[in-house]
Amino acid sequence: MKRAGVVALNTFREAVRDRVLYNLLLFALVMMAASIIAGQISIGIEETVIITLGLSAISLIGLLIAIFIGVGLVSKEMDKRTLYALLAKPVRRWEFLLGKFGGLALTLALNVAAMGVGLFLALVYVKPVFERGDLTVLIAVYFIWLKLALVVALALLFSCFTTPLLAILFTTGIYIVGLYVQELRNMPMQVMSPGMTLFTKWLSYLLPNFENFNIMAMAAHSRQVPGALIAQNTLYAAIYCTMVLTGAILVFSRRNLK
Amino acid sequence: MSAPAIETENLSKEYPHGFLNLKKRTSLERLSMQVEEGEIFGFIGPNGAGKSTTIKLLMRLIFPTAGSARILGKPISDIEMHRDVGYLPEQPYFYDYLTAAELLDYFARIHDLSAAQRKERVQTTLKKVGLETAGKIQLRKYSKGMLQRVGMAQAILHDPQLVILDEPMSGLDPVGRREARDIILDLRREGKTVMFSTHILSDAEMLCDRVGVIVGGKLRGVGTPGQLVDVTTQGMEILFELAGPCTAPLLAKATRTGDRYRLQVPETGLYDAIEQLRAAGAKILAVARVRATLEEFFMNLVEADRAQAAAVEVSGK
Ligand SMILES: Nc1ncnc2c1ncn2[C@@H]1O[C@H](COP(=O)(O)OP(=O)(O)OP(=O)(O)O)[C@@H](O)[C@H]1O
Ligand SMILES: [Mg+2]
Repeated sequence: MKRAGVVALNTFREAVRDRVLYNLLLFALVMMAASIIAGQISIGIEETVIITLGLSAISLIGLLIAIFIGVGLVSKEMDKRTLYALLAKPVRRWEFLLGKFGGLALTLALNVAAMGVGLFLALVYVKPVFERGDLTVLIAVYFIWLKLALVVALALLFSCFTTPLLAILFTTGIYIVGLYVQELRNMPMQVMSPGMTLFTKWLSYLLPNFENFNIMAMAAHSRQVPGALIAQNTLYAAIYCTMVLTGAILVFSRRNLK
Repeated sequence: MSAPAIETENLSKEYPHGFLNLKKRTSLERLSMQVEEGEIFGFIGPNGAGKSTTIKLLMRLIFPTAGSARILGKPISDIEMHRDVGYLPEQPYFYDYLTAAELLDYFARIHDLSAAQRKERVQTTLKKVGLETAGKIQLRKYSKGMLQRVGMAQAILHDPQLVILDEPMSGLDPVGRREARDIILDLRREGKTVMFSTHILSDAEMLCDRVGVIVGGKLRGVGTPGQLVDVTTQGMEILFELAGPCTAPLLAKATRTGDRYRLQVPETGLYDAIEQLRAAGAKILAVARVRATLEEFFMNLVEADRAQAAAVEVSGK
């Protein structure tokens, strides 16, 4: 397990040296633009504009990192054969995989946290009086991070058995479908054949529900988040990540390197 | 008696290929061999013979279709065996965003060395492979031969009992080759076991206590380099100069380069040929034993391999 930590720190170092954190500049630009736009619209919805734009930007930038770097975590090491020397050392394949996952999750955590703080400061700037509900925006950022960790796990799983390009397509596909899981559950079951009903039902529970992590509306209206939702989302992400990573480990542990 | 450093039993690897992966291509066929503790073992064979396949199987980078192997007395599935083993991959490549010193430090952490040990080992190992001045340069700026040296460094970093090197000399300049040979010999002096693959017969001859020859995925023989070369001795070569014109019948068989002539004769006809040349007024410069070149050596085995494959095909019909 200690070795997984060593791998994780190196993965983080790679992200830093490959200038992944430069996206923070991009985010700063987005926030500045948002503030200017918000300033020109009528007073009162300034915060709403900033929160909506800010959270969307954090989510989108995070998703790009999670998918593209997540898919490359293992496949790049296999393609460039950097993995060979490492796996011949006393490190188990699951330790390597967990390390890779942990490293990117850590990178994303710092990244998203920095953007979250930026967003919060922008908010404090436009809003003279401060209430407790304004903290919701930080919880929204935390939920985005949970969602991103789940996306990384999925990207890792797919990259363990397909080409990087397909893995990117699959991960993106699952993410998009995962935004509509609720709609799938609400489908008019009575008009479908029994087999179809069962299939839809199973599918809706099997797919990750990404919409649960979206509390943009709550944040925009400074509503407080119930503690139960925080616990539920944390648990859901933890269990789902564990399952997906277990799958990835099973596949990767049997895999022949080129 | 202690267990062999490496022991394989019927180790086999098939790769699926063709339409829907239905066909199988055998890369390694029932390899059974042993590398004794404390020896330098050379693994030689032409391109595609199965050298890297064997080594990757031993390192658990790929998994065998059948058979088993033990390293230092432990089955290769036991992760503990990796503590005492160093491995240099073929055409090594490493994280290019790290410097050589950082990379070695990272691997030393994986090996659980303490901070003090890491510092010391990284420095001495860099020095040993001739990279002490390049330790602070990012690996993306390294040349091929420098990367090969880094590969050697990470293989011996943790002072392993057994070192397995896949083509350690490839990409190295003459100085580098010499240094690599010295490292290998040093390892043996320290009582370590070394197994390395190569298709450069002279390297194997110079270094190895024993060699194994593999062609077409099958082990074709194991023995000392002397045994291997004796089998392929092709007689004697005489190098001579001529003062004036000469009409000796032997001359027709000689090849001329500049003023000099080379003549190959069977070992039994050596003295006879020398006398004839002297009678013809030739000045004899050197007499040497002819060894099959690597090319001939392999071509013979490969030809035999093909002939056998053809025979199997015919008898199969
Ligand atoms: N991933 C793979 N898929 C299919 N066939 C493979 C794979 N890897 C190796 N082979 C085949 O296995 C055989 C042995 O390859 P191997 O790499 O062991 O050769 P080698 O002896 O190391 O040769 P070289 O001197 O060129 O390094 C070759 O015929 C090769 O085509
Ligand atoms: Mg090879």
